[in-house]
Amino acid sequence: MPSPGLLAYGGYVPRHRLPVALIGDALGISAGKGARAVAGYDEDSTSMGVEAARRALAGAPPPPSIHFATSSPAYADKTNAAAIHAALGLPPTGFAVDIAGSIRGATGAWRAAAAAAGLAVMADVRTGRPGSGDEAGGADAAAAFLFGDGEGVIAEVLAEESATAEFLDRWRTPGESFSRVWEERFGLEVYLPLIREVSARALAAAGIETPDHVIVSSPHARAARTAAAAFENVAAVSIGYAGTADAGLALVDALERAAPRQTILMVLAADGCDATVLRTTAALPGYRDGRPTLAQQLGQAREISYPTFLTWRGMLQREPPRRPEPDRPAAPPSARAEAWKFAFTGSRCDACTRVHLPPQRVCAGCGSVDGMSPAPLSDVEATVATYTIDRLAYSPSPPVIDVVLDYDGGGRFCCQVADADPDEVAIGDRMEMTFRRFYTVDGVHNYFWKARPV
Amino acid sequence: MASHGIRDRVAIVGMGCTQFGEHWDRSADDLLIDATEQCFASTPGVEKGDVDAYWLGTMGSGQSGLTLSRPLALDYKPVTRVENFCATGSEAFRNACYAVAAGAYDRVMAVGVEKLKDSGVSGLVVGAPPGDGTSPDLTAPAVFSFLAPAYAKKYGVDDTTMKEAMTHIAYKNHANGAKNPRAQFRSEVPKEKIARSPLVAGPLGIFDCSGVSDGSACAVIVRSEDAHRYTDRPMYVKALSFVAGPADGPADPGYDYTTFNEVVRCAQDAYEQAGVSDPRSEISMAEVHDCFTPTELVLMEDMGFSPRGQAWRDVLDGVFDLDGELPVNPDGGLKSFGHPIGASGLRMLYECWLQFRGEADARQIDDPKLGVTHNLGGRPGACVSFMSIVGSEAN
Repeated sequence: MPSPGLLAYGGYVPRHRLPVALIGDALGISAGKGARAVAGYDEDSTSMGVEAARRALAGAPPPPSIHFATSSPAYADKTNAAAIHAALGLPPTGFAVDIAGSIRGATGAWRAAAAAAGLAVMADVRTGRPGSGDEAGGADAAAAFLFGDGEGVIAEVLAEESATAEFLDRWRTPGESFSRVWEERFGLEVYLPLIREVSARALAAAGIETPDHVIVSSPHARAARTAAAAFENVAAVSIGYAGTADAGLALVDALERAAPRQTILMVLAADGCDATVLRTTAALPGYRDGRPTLAQQLGQAREISYPTFLTWRGMLQREPPRRPEPDRPAAPPSARAEAWKFAFTGSRCDACTRVHLPPQRVCAGCGSVDGMSPAPLSDVEATVATYTIDRLAYSPSPPVIDVVLDYDGGGRFCCQVADADPDEVAIGDRMEMTFRRFYTVDGVHNYFWKARPV
Repeated sequence: MASHGIRDRVAIVGMGCTQFGEHWDRSADDLLIDATEQCFASTPGVEKGDVDAYWLGTMGSGQSGLTLSRPLALDYKPVTRVENFCATGSEAFRNACYAVAAGAYDRVMAVGVEKLKDSGVSGLVVGAPPGDGTSPDLTAPAVFSFLAPAYAKKYGVDDTTMKEAMTHIAYKNHANGAKNPRAQFRSEVPKEKIARSPLVAGPLGIFDCSGVSDGSACAVIVRSEDAHRYTDRPMYVKALSFVAGPADGPADPGYDYTTFNEVVRCAQDAYEQAGVSDPRSEISMAEVHDCFTPTELVLMEDMGFSPRGQAWRDVLDGVFDLDGELPVNPDGGLKSFGHPIGASGLRMLYECWLQFRGEADARQIDDPKLGVTHNLGGRPGACVSFMSIVGSEAN
């Protein structure tokens, strides 16, 4: 009987990529190479967290708790994990909490979820001032891990070690958009001994000399790079540094490549250092079988321009269409419609099976009243019946693409398309649903679902 | 349908209609005063004090009957404010007619007004109650743009021909509007310019969309037996039909965006009330809701003017031109007038009024007998539909 450990994982990387060279071209500087992952204008840490969690929970039982770590929370005061909980359509009994503000919250979410047999979710939108290393080297992404025990454990946790250090390397006061950093060499000299010491302690506790896969993640890029050079088989996902999601995303990648009974050292160095040693089980290949991979996601990348990136991050204020801004969502209607708005759950007539989106009390097919059952459709694919390009509608990124979708097994809905250009949509195309932040008015984020090409 | 109708029981004996356009110098109050004063001045025997009750149609230019009673300084009269999307003006008219037919009043007035050009934004803006933020906020051109490709696909019309049919509708309505001093746009537009106009939504260019304007129009309604006290050429109400659909089209996989079910039902009802069995030959003219060019195309079939799948051919053959077999939107339609919501339905009746009186000048149709006015409001698959049939003679 395996000990408690990982039951499932999910990674999410937005489709948009900003080639870092474009920053250099625009600003007349040397910005480096590669491309960073960019959250769409309609994504934030909460929506990306939902996407990662959906992948982790596919086929899994509902977790008793959600522990959400982010350094870029969409709300303060209000619990962002509650929106994730709602979007996953989980039963109201359960716990959902944010561990928000700092990078190291990732370890906090991981350990709390492991202790509670719950779900850890890490997600971040990372950026910096135009021309900064944070801007070019950052990435937006999310990861989620479900813990539990039994036959389904795909990786056991063999050891966990930590050290904590108070020093000024990187900081941001609440309300500021960008982080500040101390001289790079100072942080490097603090982090390297910490990483060496904690890694050694964790490997010793696990009784391992050479781990099969190594992950070193730190907001101090040079410290992570230098520390990793001491290891072989270093796993990383080349989309940029993804904050609280960074180590988790690399772990997802490692788990997708690891053989059974291989060991993984995961090091997260932020204001100290946390090292976790895992060993995969014989259940891992079976778990992976037929499951969509992170590699597939990374293969669907689409490039965006630097002005588009700046516009999406609110750093370039462009002329909007001459249309009114939408109203903020109202609290009571949103609460009444929780299952619809957050979990995309329609209703199915018990008498005639007709599916209603949004859910209805009176069946448009047979007229029966209050004879409906929930019809969750967030994971159901659909076919485009018709579509249009709305060049007049308000959007932070016009034009809006609208599709009329017919869902497999019944149900029709008209919704916006995410992550696509107008020439990428045609009648008959297949679409899947994705959880998005449509707009923000009066500080209220309007979360709902969009379609995106499969 | 279970409607009895009030065929020939009431008649319009006086009307007023402002010029439609961007009236930067005129408020909704001004437009209401202008339209009603024009009506009182041209209707012998009907002063403001002689009107027993009013129905005011406006979607967003005011609330309650005070929107009319205050600017007109009415003397403690009943004023009912009516709203029913783009059929708002027509709804004011329909309910006013019923009050006279019921015997509740002798003389009533239906007034419509809309002041759209004070908003500072493009297109229509419909206020909505507080919501959950999930309704698809497509603009009007976007929802109506679904019609064109769906129609073309269903009936095997190639893209070029479809565009030609849409362009012909815009061309025709602008050509008619060029002959109308009250229209917002009073010049012909070359077909090449229409066809090449910048896209707004889907295949719809700017010239496939109706304009946005301010305007007001009104009608005085009395019992038919009293009509000749006020005019020797009253306009008789033959049919009034209104349908609000179950609005399930957007959620119904069976809905194919090539028809307005609401209009089909509404038209059947209206023709039955008026005793019309072959609309294409019996109707002399039609004022229809050409909010977008594909809307008018589909309406020709829903209203029984063209067989299914044939309207595009009839349009291109000129059947609905001013000199065609059945002139549609002889006054220029929403295309030339814009669409001040509360006023449009009454503006359509005003064209019938002028045509029946032989006062339509360059647009005059030869000896019209029956006219249709039609509005729809909402979106394909989820709309309201109004239709009236009016005639120059009582049976």
